[in-house]
Amino acid sequence: METVTGFIAEDQAQGLFRVARTAFTEESVFRAEYESVFEKCWLYVGHESEVRKNGDFVRRTIAGRNLVFNRDTSGKLNVFFNVCPHRGAEVCREKHGNAKHFQCFYHGWIFGSDGSLKSQPGKERYIADFGAQGRGNLVTVPRFANYRGFCFINFDPTACSIEEYLGNAREYLDLVADQSEAGMVVVSGMQEYSIRANWKLLVENSNDGYHAATTHATYLDYVAKTHVMGNDVALRGIGRELGNGHAVVEYTAPWGRPIANWIPIWGEEGKREMERIHAGLVARHGKDKADRIAFKNRNILIFPNLVVNDIMSLTVRTFYPLKPDLMHVTGWALAPENESEWAREYRLNNFLEFLGPGGFATPDDVEALESCQGGYRNAKEVGVGWNDISKGMGLDPQYDDEVQMRSFWKEWNRRVSAVCK
Amino acid sequence: MTTRSEVEDLLYLEADLLDAWKLKDWLELYTDDAEYEVPSADLPGDADPAKSLFYIADNRFRLQERVVRLNKKTMWSEYPRSKTRHLVTNVRLLGAENGELRVRAAFAVYRTKWGNTDIYVGSYEYVLRETDAGLKIRKKRAILELDSLRPQGRVSILL
Repeated sequence: METVTGFIAEDQAQGLFRVARTAFTEESVFRAEYESVFEKCWLYVGHESEVRKNGDFVRRTIAGRNLVFNRDTSGKLNVFFNVCPHRGAEVCREKHGNAKHFQCFYHGWIFGSDGSLKSQPGKERYIADFGAQGRGNLVTVPRFANYRGFCFINFDPTACSIEEYLGNAREYLDLVADQSEAGMVVVSGMQEYSIRANWKLLVENSNDGYHAATTHATYLDYVAKTHVMGNDVALRGIGRELGNGHAVVEYTAPWGRPIANWIPIWGEEGKREMERIHAGLVARHGKDKADRIAFKNRNILIFPNLVVNDIMSLTVRTFYPLKPDLMHVTGWALAPENESEWAREYRLNNFLEFLGPGGFATPDDVEALESCQGGYRNAKEVGVGWNDISKGMGLDPQYDDEVQMRSFWKEWNRRVSAVCK
Repeated sequence: MTTRSEVEDLLYLEADLLDAWKLKDWLELYTDDAEYEVPSADLPGDADPAKSLFYIADNRFRLQERVVRLNKKTMWSEYPRSKTRHLVTNVRLLGAENGELRVRAAFAVYRTKWGNTDIYVGSYEYVLRETDAGLKIRKKRAILELDSLRPQGRVSILL
């Protein structure tokens, strides 16, 4: 029997799982998402390698908040609200850099990299214990956690620990973090772009194994044509719910992976390099885990909006809605800190072939998402109000089914429908 | 000795071919070892694509494949085609050596599709080569003077 709960209609016997298209269009939903998702969940703020040296900082916009993520002069990682305690100007006005102090240019207050007030012009005109009261210090976000280099914040002081929140998804972030004994680093160059579509469309798209054959026909033509390039390996694998809305698809694919899946076009030098990296993985993790890291692709979703795609290259991506039909996306390339110049070059080359605003695939994803948003203009009409997310129901999950999307939607619906009907 | 007028003729021809979507003819303007690059907006203009993440860093082979892709109806983001207009100005010859000429110009590219008009603005850095078949483009780097690709969202056209 079909039951409707919030924005989801479900009937296991009929293999039916539908999501109301108003979830993508309504202002009330957009507001409810901030209240029940972005202000309650752990959100990715950056990778520790982005602030590697003491004093390094980057500015970040997370869930609309204006933040500074830094490593202070004692080596501690912090995330501050980028706002002067005095009258509210931004204390950090550069996108990134290294600083022992932040100065508010409006009235000249100066803060240490740990956020403490260091200097206040006209101090004698304030009460004597102004500094001691802490009223003049920068304020950190309520919660911060570093899980193996992936740094998260939470605006809810009562939230559970990051370990508990990530739960079964930790195994998959570990498969990324374990790719190098020297640690992983974010490569310079951010891909910041927007999509004129609802943010949840990118959640679905980022771990959708079903759309490649048509949406990415031209990319697959290109792979096939350069097929000296590819391995004769089929797209094959599974999708998995990880709990708390997290999900993953894990699969083999014909493309090369700079973490040790060689393809002929990389030549003999590449082969030696891949064998060297693979041998290192085997030595550290044993053959089974090494093969899994090297030869399997993983599209990981950490609820609500962190995507780690460990595919022909390794990308970290997060995104926020500005309106129901507009999102801002930020993407990075992640790489082993100690990989060779050769491997880094091929990694980035692989990245650009598929991923990002100029790749042979991502612009067509953007088009597809915007096209869905266009279709949702009919969301309130009879008979066209629902998305069908039922692929693979009642069957053993495959990488190109939709179990991972149902995982997201169930958690999203649990949270959002509690505050919005 | 190549003059600025000759360089401008080449750049304006290139802009016209792109706006007319005559991409195979456009590719003929490039040498067999050509490179075409668009660094990410937060990188310095002289960044190295082997070390930093770009939007586009094509060698001749991938550039050719980019054109193949752009000419397909399954290239969804540019089919139906967007309307574009490439404006090229402030052309300067920066120097010449070994038969190659360094040129800088300013650009504004307008792309219109589905009711949105997005503007890409920045500078072109060219390396041009004198060949028996005339002046050809050995390298083009389009450096965006933008904070990000918001709202443009993509670089699916050729800049």
